[in-house]
Amino acid sequence: MTFVSNLINGISLGSVYAIIALGYTMVYGIAKMLNFAHGDVIMVGAYASYCTMIYLNWHPLLSILFSIVVCTILGVVIEAFAYKPLRRAGSLAVLITAIGVSYLLQNAALLIWGSTPKIFTSVVNIKPLSLFGGKLTITAESIVTVAACVLIMIGLTLFTQKTKMGKAMRAVSEDKDAAELMGVNVNTTISTTFAIGSALAAVAGVLLCSAYPTLVPTTGSMPGIKAFTAAVFGGIGSIPGTMLGGILLGIIEIFSKSYISTSLSDAIVFAVLIIVLLVKPTGILGKKVTEKV
Amino acid sequence: MLKVDNINVYYGKIHALKDVSLEVHPGEIVALIGANGAGKSTTLKTISGLLRSKTGSINFMDENISHTEAYKLVSKGMAHVPEGRHVFLQMTVLENLELGAYTSGKYVKEGIQNVFNRFPRLKHRKNQIAGTLSGGEQQMLAMGRALMSRPKLIMMDEPSMGLAPILVEQIFDIIRDLHESGTTILLVEQNAEMALRIADRAYVLESGRIKLSGTGAELAQSDEIKKAYLGG
Ligand SMILES: Nc1ncnc2c1ncn2[C@@H]1O[C@H](COP(=O)(O)OP(=O)(O)OP(=O)(O)O)[C@@H](O)[C@H]1O
Ligand SMILES: [Mg+2]
Repeated sequence: MTFVSNLINGISLGSVYAIIALGYTMVYGIAKMLNFAHGDVIMVGAYASYCTMIYLNWHPLLSILFSIVVCTILGVVIEAFAYKPLRRAGSLAVLITAIGVSYLLQNAALLIWGSTPKIFTSVVNIKPLSLFGGKLTITAESIVTVAACVLIMIGLTLFTQKTKMGKAMRAVSEDKDAAELMGVNVNTTISTTFAIGSALAAVAGVLLCSAYPTLVPTTGSMPGIKAFTAAVFGGIGSIPGTMLGGILLGIIEIFSKSYISTSLSDAIVFAVLIIVLLVKPTGILGKKVTEKV
Repeated sequence: MLKVDNINVYYGKIHALKDVSLEVHPGEIVALIGANGAGKSTTLKTISGLLRSKTGSINFMDENISHTEAYKLVSKGMAHVPEGRHVFLQMTVLENLELGAYTSGKYVKEGIQNVFNRFPRLKHRKNQIAGTLSGGEQQMLAMGRALMSRPKLIMMDEPSMGLAPILVEQIFDIIRDLHESGTTILLVEQNAEMALRIADRAYVLESGRIKLSGTGAELAQSDEIKKAYLGG
C-alpha cells in the first residue's frame, strides 16, 4: 500500500508542479522568455490567501479568488514595468531582470511578513478518503489538487485551440511580426499570457501550501525551479508535455524520497532531467523549435 | 492612397533607406524592384509599421501613419504579405485564414469562401497544418490570409520567390485578378521583367535610394534597367 500511497502523493505534488509549469510554458511559448519571478508570484498568492483567511476570516474559496486577483494584477504589472521595456533587448538582459524581480518579491515579502514561517491552514476542509479498511488514505488536498490540474489543462487547451484570443496567442508564439500583420496586438497578448500564468500561480500557491503548510518568503522559489525543470522535461511550450513533465517530476521526487534518500531527492530529480535532455533535447513531448532567421 | 515622403530607416548604424519617397494611387499596381539588399523589404516593413523611420512621413488614406502601430493598420485597410510567406506553420489552413480576419470577424465565412474560390487548392487542404503545404501553397495561403482582412492596399514582398515558373505565372495571374477586382497593389519583386509587365508604375531601389521611377513600360524599355535587371 505504501507504493500506491507514494504514487498518489507523487501525482498530487506533480500536479502542483504542473500548474506552476503551465505558467512557465505559456510565458515562454509566447514571450520567449523565462519568467524566473514566476515562483515568487506563487508565494505572494499564498500570503494573500493566508492573510485574508487568518486576519479577515474570509471563506477559503473567497481567499483563493482574492489571491488569483492579486497575482493576476501582479503578473501584469511585472510584465508592464520590468519586461515590456526590454521587449527588443537581448535575452540575457531579460533573464537578469527576471532574477531581479524574483529577489525584489522575496525581499518585499520578508519586509511585510517577516522570516517567521506562517502556518497555512488548508483551504480544503474535507475528511481524507479512507480505502481498504484504512490501509490507504488519500487526503482531500490530493484529490482537489489533481482535479484542479486536470481542469486547468482542459481549460487551457480549449482556450488556446478554440478561442480567438487563444489562437492569437498561438500566432504570436509562432511569429510575432506575422501576428502583428494580422492585426493582433502583440503587447496585449503578452500581458494576457502573464495574467493567465500568474492566476495559475495563485492557484498553485494555495494548493501547495495546503499540502505543505509552511509559508516563508522563499516558499515559491524551489517549487518554481522544479516546475521550470518539469516544463523543460516535458517539453516547454507544449501544454500536455508540461503537464506530463510536472506529474512525472512529482512522482520521481516522492519515490526517491521514500525509497532512496530524502536529502538526495532533488539531486535525483535534476539528474533525470539532464538524462532526458541528453536523449531528447526538446523534452518528452516538445516540438522541434523551428528557429527562423 | 499611400504617400511615402523622404523616409530614412536605420538598423542600428546601417542606413538602410535614404530619403525614400514613393506614391501609390487608388487602383494602381506599383512595382518596387531592386537587387538583393537594396531595401525593398525594409520599405514595406516601414510602411506597415514593423519598422520605424527616423525622419519623413508616411500617409495612408489621408492619415499620417508614421507612428501608428502595425496591428492598427490592418483595420485601416492595409495588408502586408511578408517576404518568405510567414504563414503560421503549426496551425491549419483554416486557422491561418481565421487569423487573417482577426480584425474583421464578421466576414470570416464569406472571406474563406472567397479565398477558396480564388485558390481552390487551399480548399482541399483546409484542415492540413500549414507547415505541410508546398511552397506554392504556402504563398497562396499567405496571400489568401492577407485578403481575409478585405484590404484596400495589399503589399506583397516577392510572392514569386522560390516558385517553379508555372507557379510564378499563376501567382502573377492572381495578382492581376486582384487588381481587376479593385485592390490596389504595391508589389516588391526580384523578377523585374514580370513585375514591370503588370505594373502601372514602378520604382527602382538601389542601395537604399530610389534610383529611377516611371511607368512599367517606360522602365522596361530603359537601357539602365535592361542592363541591370533584365539580363541585357
Ligand atoms: N534586421 C536587420 N539588421 C541589420 N541589417 C539589416 C536587417 N535587415 C536588413 N538589413 C540590411 O538592410 C539592407 C536592406 O535589406 P532589405 O531586406 O530591405 O533588402 P531587400 O531589398 O528586401 O533584399 P532582398 O531582395 O534580398 O529581399 C541590407 O543591406 C540588409 O543587409
Ligand atoms: Mg527583401
